[in-house]
Amino acid sequence: MTTTVVVTGLGIAAPNGLGTQDYWAATRTGKNGIGRVTRFDPSSYPSTLAGEVPGFVAADVLPSRLLPQTDHMTRMALVAAEWALADAGIDPEELPEYDMGVVTASSSGGFEFGQGELEKLWSQGSQYVSAYQSFAWFYAVNSGQISIRNGLKGPSGVIVSDEAGGLDAVAHGRRLIRKGTPMIVSGGVDASICPWGWVAQMAGDRLSTSDEPTRAYLPFDADAAGYVPGEGGAILIMESAESACERGAKIYGEIAGYGSTFDPRPGSDREPALRKAIELALADAGTAPEDVDVVFADAAGVPELDRVEADAISAVFGVRGVPVTAPKTMTGRLYSGAAPLDVATALLAIEEGLIPPTVHINPDEEYGLDLVLNQSRTAQVRTALVLARGYGGFNSAVVVRAVD
Amino acid sequence: MSTSEFTLDDLRRILQEGAGVDEGVDLDGDILDEPFEVLGYESLALLETGSRIEREYGIVLDEDLLTDADTPRALIEAVNQQFGADEPAAA
Repeated sequence: MTTTVVVTGLGIAAPNGLGTQDYWAATRTGKNGIGRVTRFDPSSYPSTLAGEVPGFVAADVLPSRLLPQTDHMTRMALVAAEWALADAGIDPEELPEYDMGVVTASSSGGFEFGQGELEKLWSQGSQYVSAYQSFAWFYAVNSGQISIRNGLKGPSGVIVSDEAGGLDAVAHGRRLIRKGTPMIVSGGVDASICPWGWVAQMAGDRLSTSDEPTRAYLPFDADAAGYVPGEGGAILIMESAESACERGAKIYGEIAGYGSTFDPRPGSDREPALRKAIELALADAGTAPEDVDVVFADAAGVPELDRVEADAISAVFGVRGVPVTAPKTMTGRLYSGAAPLDVATALLAIEEGLIPPTVHINPDEEYGLDLVLNQSRTAQVRTALVLARGYGGFNSAVVVRAVD
Repeated sequence: MSTSEFTLDDLRRILQEGAGVDEGVDLDGDILDEPFEVLGYESLALLETGSRIEREYGIVLDEDLLTDADTPRALIEAVNQQFGADEPAAA
């Protein structure tokens, strides 16, 4: 029989709440985390809004040894990992070192750190560039630093497929546990709110240029005109159900199914592949569409992409056939951190029996979605579907399920 | 910068600025003969430290020197020898 893989620990750093408690208290009540950028002066850029994580002071929570060698995203990932391990009741020092690996997602690496070193390169010269630039910018750096700090030498790596990567990393964690590694640290934490990261994101041509925090990121709204980027994400502790039961650990839920597809080439008349990803995930979980209690949408905020997603959901579940929500309307899109945060949110929704809301939007009825709007909806949540898409054609879907 | 001697305090300051200090390590303690590894500094931290010494004091350190000097005492001696080697040229 295939090993059941469960989540036993959460560590969250989100624009509307730092730490699982603050995040969930904010999210269940629809608290907005989007505002004007403060990490740099955005006034000369067309896009000025972001979801920034409030109250994170790295020097208060990490040793000074780690500060000269880490980007902002890595610092948040390290702290989120520490919280997730503590939440799971795991002391890494007590584990055999090869019993736990680290597989996180990344989308762009440590841009803020890299920008600082590039500035030194052109203003002062190459001998002023930090030796730590060699890895501080790198995609795999969050996995590496979490591994080193906690002495986790099990199979590790990074998945880079934009926002879909957040689910792909969780799926790879599940794969490694099924191959015999007892525990995996997974998820993703991202941040590129610095001028260099900003222009790179602008180049994708999907950033909202609105300066009104409540009118800038409007997926499934007739006024949708791009998205607001954010920083943060979630780190998840995954292990086999057997390991969790042996330890007497609290189980949030099971990573029950996964599907991933790639879109046809642009201009093709073939159907976009998101529907197929959903069907694969449901089949993998052995779940029928009618058993799904809520869908956490990718919610691109770009009309064509919203249309593709709404069509895929309706094709599988029927028009208005399943509650759909996008709590990321409170945080902006967190790149590789977005889907792990949605997985964590789905697990918290299962725990409380409550679907957190989609905020700020006035839904276009044409999409045919049963969106949970403005206020949480009380509901028994046993099974949730999380969707994530990455720039360039990545589609991924994960089924999260309550464990009896 | 003209200076006659590279001291333990100079090294402490540069380590602190370039690589920080690990949990449970007291840089102000008696560290002269503690291996860098025990103090929490791996090869990259020493590369960064060497690079900061070079640009602050205007000297060039041999790469082997940085990998061979495994304690603060050894590194300080090597830097001071370099000062001696550079002096005639500077004068």
